[in-house]
Amino acid sequence: MLYREAGDFKTSYAADEQTFPIRFDRNAFYVLVAVAFLLVPFVINNYWSNAVLLPFLIWSIAAIGLNILTGYCGQVSLGTGGFMAVGAFGAFKLMTAFPDLNIVFVVVLAGFITALVGMAFGLPSLRIKGFYLAVATLASQFFLVWLFNKVPWFMNNSATGHINAPVRTVFGQAVTGAAATPAAKYLFCLAILVALALVAKNLTRGRIGRSWMAIRDMDIAAEIIGVSPLRAKISAFAVSSFFIGVAGALYFTVYFGAVEVTDAFGIRVSFLVLFMVIIGGLGSILGSFLGAGFMVLLPILLKNVMVGGLGWPTDLAAHVELLVVGLLIMVFLIVEPHGLAQLWRLTKEKLRLWPFPH
Amino acid sequence: MPIWMLDTIEVIINGLMVGVLYSLVALGFVLIFKASGIFNYAQGVMALFAALTLVGLQSGQVPFSHLIKAVTGIEISHFGWELPAIVAILLTAGVMVIVAILVERLLLRHLVNQEPIILFMATIGLAYFLEGLGDLMWGADVRAVEIGLPQGGSLWFENLTKGWAADSGYWGMYIDKLDITATVIAGILVVSLTLFSQYTRIGRALRAVADDHQAALSVGISLRAIWVIVWSIAGIVALVAGAMWGAKTGVQFSLSLIALKALPVLILGGFTSIPGAIVGGLIIGVGEKLFEFTIGPMIGGATENWFAYVLALVFLMFRPQGLFGERIIERV
Repeated sequence: MLYREAGDFKTSYAADEQTFPIRFDRNAFYVLVAVAFLLVPFVINNYWSNAVLLPFLIWSIAAIGLNILTGYCGQVSLGTGGFMAVGAFGAFKLMTAFPDLNIVFVVVLAGFITALVGMAFGLPSLRIKGFYLAVATLASQFFLVWLFNKVPWFMNNSATGHINAPVRTVFGQAVTGAAATPAAKYLFCLAILVALALVAKNLTRGRIGRSWMAIRDMDIAAEIIGVSPLRAKISAFAVSSFFIGVAGALYFTVYFGAVEVTDAFGIRVSFLVLFMVIIGGLGSILGSFLGAGFMVLLPILLKNVMVGGLGWPTDLAAHVELLVVGLLIMVFLIVEPHGLAQLWRLTKEKLRLWPFPH
Repeated sequence: MPIWMLDTIEVIINGLMVGVLYSLVALGFVLIFKASGIFNYAQGVMALFAALTLVGLQSGQVPFSHLIKAVTGIEISHFGWELPAIVAILLTAGVMVIVAILVERLLLRHLVNQEPIILFMATIGLAYFLEGLGDLMWGADVRAVEIGLPQGGSLWFENLTKGWAADSGYWGMYIDKLDITATVIAGILVVSLTLFSQYTRIGRALRAVADDHQAALSVGISLRAIWVIVWSIAGIVALVAGAMWGAKTGVQFSLSLIALKALPVLILGGFTSIPGAIVGGLIIGVGEKLFEFTIGPMIGGATENWFAYVLALVFLMFRPQGLFGERIIERV
């Protein structure tokens, strides 16, 4: 009744090939985008922006990036933190070297730099698979963080080990630095996220995405039917690293403004993004959003309940949080290994038949 | 002998000793991977958890005292006794066995037949859970392990090597007594594990399961029992590793990161080979110390953080299955 595809006739190829072929999905998408762009900026305040919305937007980009690599192409990566660091430092060097360059180009170029680095670290994936590859990507994580810490050139010889983002504007509105309003930051990140998510959605529906999935499902069979593993794997690493680099650039420039590389881009970040992808659902763009939302909201919720509600000390709450996150991940994997996206798929199945399930 | 040569020998010896400790952690990984095909990320946290429990039990600390205080307001932190080291070690081993049983009952049993990546993720979840549980039970302060392990440098060895240098002004080699003890204990552990798996009934069953799950099932070996046994052994190996590393660096969160250091060891040695874990550990230990000693000062130091991974990465390019791993055969 509410959710159906019957009666939704397509009369042109364009209509048949559109991103959301089902009318309900399409309308829901338009409504969501409209609310996000037209309503939220007027009600947003500092708390919501910093605690919930900005992290959600930025982690979503990173999660989509990792999902392309791990969910669609089947290459497990634990180097997300390192690649985000590349994006952040790429953005920093571009901002300080070319003060006139618009922040949009800075972010995109930082993404391209990360894509190049990602391709280099993706080369071993041609020889090795599975856990061996996961460990190999750890090399990128530790090596990159060490590199940014040890080579003063990357930090412009900053004595404190922090890098600071200078003020940059889009259409006359500051989006980085202390003067930026929550709404401006939010809209900037949102615009980039929506653009990238559409790119990702369409990439995964198209020829490249199919070649990734063929490699994921069975690489030898894919090779036999003419999918080049070299091109599929390296392109997956490139696209994934581009997304992650953009996320890293936004994380540093818009969200934090000043970061210290070991703190902000350590191994924990890699695991956090991997959790988002797994909990959200491997091989699903929607899942990346759901996973990011879940992992952003859960700690806030727990903290509010334990520190705000029960009045426990914060260190105790932090321990309980670790415990609950670990527990939830295990429970999730047991109950629904395909993540939140699968739950949504099941809900849609139910909604199709509702209210007459027989 | 010239001094630089003696220095190099000292670096190599110290590298070997650190390598033994890496091998200890890697051993836990290999055991579980062989028996159940699970890549147990929680191995490092198990070491941390075991070390925390050991210290907590020994000093007679009340578990969950912070939580009890927060919930009920009652402040108790100490039972008022101190256990002898050997009792505490045995009790901790018991705790690790209980952990193994619970892991099998509550986690692995429900994840049979899932893809390896899902199982791997589950062990990451387990790692977070155990870390939170350990902190919650025993608090997050850094503590020292005091189970009577010798500390400090070996004077005997220093005096022995003092006369080796051709020039004057050489003070002998510094070798930590603790490292020597760890090497001996690790050696005993490896030998007894090998004997156990070669000459006992359970050991044969373990090898059968590692060889072929289905064949093992069909001759009546209980997979679940084997999993519990393997996780228990891995827990006890984690206890040894945790106690050694804890005595070296203090019991703190960074202890769980040694698990990540064990990963390149596994790559070098192969995921399925116990001798591989030992040799890989030694290569990594010596390699990173030598690299830090020779090239480190030129490029800013602290190369130990990544050298092992990059070595493993380069190594993988040439031999993807590791030094002693089973040959990877692909069939369609």
